[in-house]
Amino acid sequence: MEILLAIIIGVLYAAGIYMMLRRSLVKLIIGIILLGNGANLLIFLLGRITKGAPPIIPEDSKVFLEAYADPVPQALILTAIVISFGLQSFAIILVKRAHKVVKTDDLDEMNATDEDS
Amino acid sequence: MLAAILLGFLFALFLVFTGKFFRGKLAILSALIPAGLFAYFSSFIPQISSGEIIHKTYQWVPAFGVDLSFKLDGLSLLFSLMITGIGFLVFAYTASYLKGHKYLDRFYGYLSLFMAAMLGLVLSDNLISLFVFWELTSISSFFLIGFNNTNPASRKSALTALGITGFGGFSLLAGALLLGSISGTYSISEMLSMKEAIAGSEYYILAVVFIFVAAFTKSAQFPFHFWLPGAMKAPTPVSTYLHSATMVKAGIYLLMRFTPVLGDQEFWNTTLIIVGGITMVYSAIHALFRTDLKGILAYSTISALGILVFLIGLGTKAAFLAAAIFIIVHALYKATLFLVTGIIDHQTGSRDVTKLGGLRKIMMPVAIAGILAAISSGGIPPSVGFLGKELTYEASTHAKNFTIIIVIAIVLTKILLLWAGFVAGIKPFVGKLPEAHKDTKAPGFLMWAPAVILAVLGILFGIFPMLIESALVKPVVSALGADAAEIHLALWHGFNTVLLLSGITIAVGILLYFFLKPSAKLEKGVGKLEFISPENILKKGTHYFGVFSAFWTNVFQNGYLRNYITTIVLFLVALVGYIMAGNSGVIIDHNQLSEVTTYEVAVVVILIAGVFYTVFTKSRLAAVAAMGVVGLAICLIFVFYSAPDLAMTQFSIDTLTVILFVLVLYRLPKYLTLSDYKMRIRDGILSLALGTVVCLLALQVLAEPTNSDVGDFYAKNAYILAHGKNVVNVILVDFRGTDTLMEIAVLTIAAIGVFGLLKLRLKSTDRSQ
Repeated sequence: MEILLAIIIGVLYAAGIYMMLRRSLVKLIIGIILLGNGANLLIFLLGRITKGAPPIIPEDSKVFLEAYADPVPQALILTAIVISFGLQSFAIILVKRAHKVVKTDDLDEMNATDEDS
Repeated sequence: MLAAILLGFLFALFLVFTGKFFRGKLAILSALIPAGLFAYFSSFIPQISSGEIIHKTYQWVPAFGVDLSFKLDGLSLLFSLMITGIGFLVFAYTASYLKGHKYLDRFYGYLSLFMAAMLGLVLSDNLISLFVFWELTSISSFFLIGFNNTNPASRKSALTALGITGFGGFSLLAGALLLGSISGTYSISEMLSMKEAIAGSEYYILAVVFIFVAAFTKSAQFPFHFWLPGAMKAPTPVSTYLHSATMVKAGIYLLMRFTPVLGDQEFWNTTLIIVGGITMVYSAIHALFRTDLKGILAYSTISALGILVFLIGLGTKAAFLAAAIFIIVHALYKATLFLVTGIIDHQTGSRDVTKLGGLRKIMMPVAIAGILAAISSGGIPPSVGFLGKELTYEASTHAKNFTIIIVIAIVLTKILLLWAGFVAGIKPFVGKLPEAHKDTKAPGFLMWAPAVILAVLGILFGIFPMLIESALVKPVVSALGADAAEIHLALWHGFNTVLLLSGITIAVGILLYFFLKPSAKLEKGVGKLEFISPENILKKGTHYFGVFSAFWTNVFQNGYLRNYITTIVLFLVALVGYIMAGNSGVIIDHNQLSEVTTYEVAVVVILIAGVFYTVFTKSRLAAVAAMGVVGLAICLIFVFYSAPDLAMTQFSIDTLTVILFVLVLYRLPKYLTLSDYKMRIRDGILSLALGTVVCLLALQVLAEPTNSDVGDFYAKNAYILAHGKNVVNVILVDFRGTDTLMEIAVLTIAAIGVFGLLKLRLKSTDRSQ
């Protein structure tokens, strides 16, 4: 499964970067989301995956008695997912706003800082 | 001693608040500061001449070995006396020269700032504090050169000077750090005992080069000399004080100070002889082609500095003695000539030597000062200049190698310097007074007295050399590491080669004075060669550097996001790919891998299909939906591999994103295909390369052992310390609670941003669209 996960990560990175290289703003955001998913999975994989052993202490015990998945990568990824949602929602609204003002979805037409160009 | 140095800084600060009182008649009072300091340092003469060295240390940054430690030996005493003595005369002279100037107080502020910095420089025993003072002299010189700040040429000269000397200061810092790391101390006194270790170090040459660059830029040695003629844009008191008597000798001081530490080595001596030799001949010849009095003096100053570097390079006792005397000689006559030039300029409004003459009829005392200084500069007995010249010749005729060339070079230089001194000191006063200057007024006492004092001292020290012999000269020679016991100064040395050379110099020099008159034609002629001068080369270099930087910036900062991403990705792929290609390939331990079940394969297939559909579909809505599928597939992977919290978060966030996207989507334009086929192929290859690299990297990292100490700690203590059973939750809300708080803050900011963007009314742009 690790090999499959590594391939998925590679595909997500490639797709993310490919979308970010497009000129369309919407594609840029989709690219960022895909890349973020890829990064999350990468952290998840490198923290070593464990099947069927969530890091939750059993009801009747104070400590783990059996093997458990490493909680640190999970905490990191959880934070990352939430933060990337903040970024995504802001970016989506920004794109909407930018489109309303400059009437274009093409990044190449947005690279001037002066209003008149 | 600290107080003596700080006095100048304090006075400069004091002037900031009380400046307006010093613009008028009170200006002369500021001369009391250098006068008092001069008296203070004079009181050390008996101690120093008896061979004592005075140390004073104040802690500054002990952790870095940086102290304010001061050392007063023969060398620093000579410089301190020059700085305060000439400083006193220049302060007094300025009161008259810039009388009524709007910014006179500012001028005094800069001058006393400079004086304090220069004193600190020559008294510092710690290399780092020496560097700090060194930079302060450059900065005050910058302000003084650009004093007439409404004149573009002044500002430009000031910048050039700061650029060149600042570069030298940088080099000095590098040299100081290097020497500090070789010897383990920044104290110059302590380095003295480590001469062998430093000379034997592999970094010796590099350290010497750094020190050389610092000294050569400050002391205007070829090819860094050109800032000094430019610096003549400053008011004449500045030229007198900084650019002939003191600051430009800081480089000489540095070389002398390091002679006992770094000197007596082939590289040290040869480089100094060559650079000093080229400088002294090159700029002495240059002086021939000037018509501006200050231009002549500037080039002859550079030439004199070249002689000093050359003498230090010779490295014999005789050469050190000659250098010590010549510093005094040069300070006396060159300062006089500058002061005289300043008076002429102030009274007649002209510095063009071809148009001046007969001024003795108006300003006799000034004429006397000029003529005496010219005699000293020409090395004619009985002036102290004669003494200096004899000793210089003495040292040159005993040079170890290439004696003939060295003697010819030094004699030629001296002949040209005699000419320059005569043109500047005598020519404006003899002959007929031109019509244009008939109504010139005589200068005031405050103006001519300093010039006369210096000029008379130049003759007095020549007739009675014992006045300076044991007080100043011998301690300097012993500070340079030579035995000064047998030195005996006298005007008359008997008939020998040196006397013959002196005779030739004086005869040829005077003949040259009568036959070669400075003329504008000559100046123009040599101007045609300007394009190969170091100054011009530097200017061109700077220009092209600017062009290149603009080009470079435009290549990388071109305003296209995708080009930035391309650069970053290319670099990453190349770097990581290069490292991985060097490794022996990816090792996968199949025993450690977890099993693959059919439903997992199904999820993976769905995920990859979703990604491909997202990338290649023509419809925005389909792309967003497919992206949602990808997110849900990831969610399932989290479920399979023991991360229920992640699955829940991913599920809700993914759903929210898709909803948000769909909500705003209908306002966006059509999903255009903007790039052409070729570009997509290129981007596709680049993306695939990155994907492959990341994939291989992940596999390679999996082969490395992991460390789960942190995770174990949290798992062990989650319930015991934090009373929670879901470890991931406990980490987020308890162990790393502050981080989560910050995260909430970030989300809040994003939310405020979103709200603002939605509600914002861009009035002007909305209307114009």
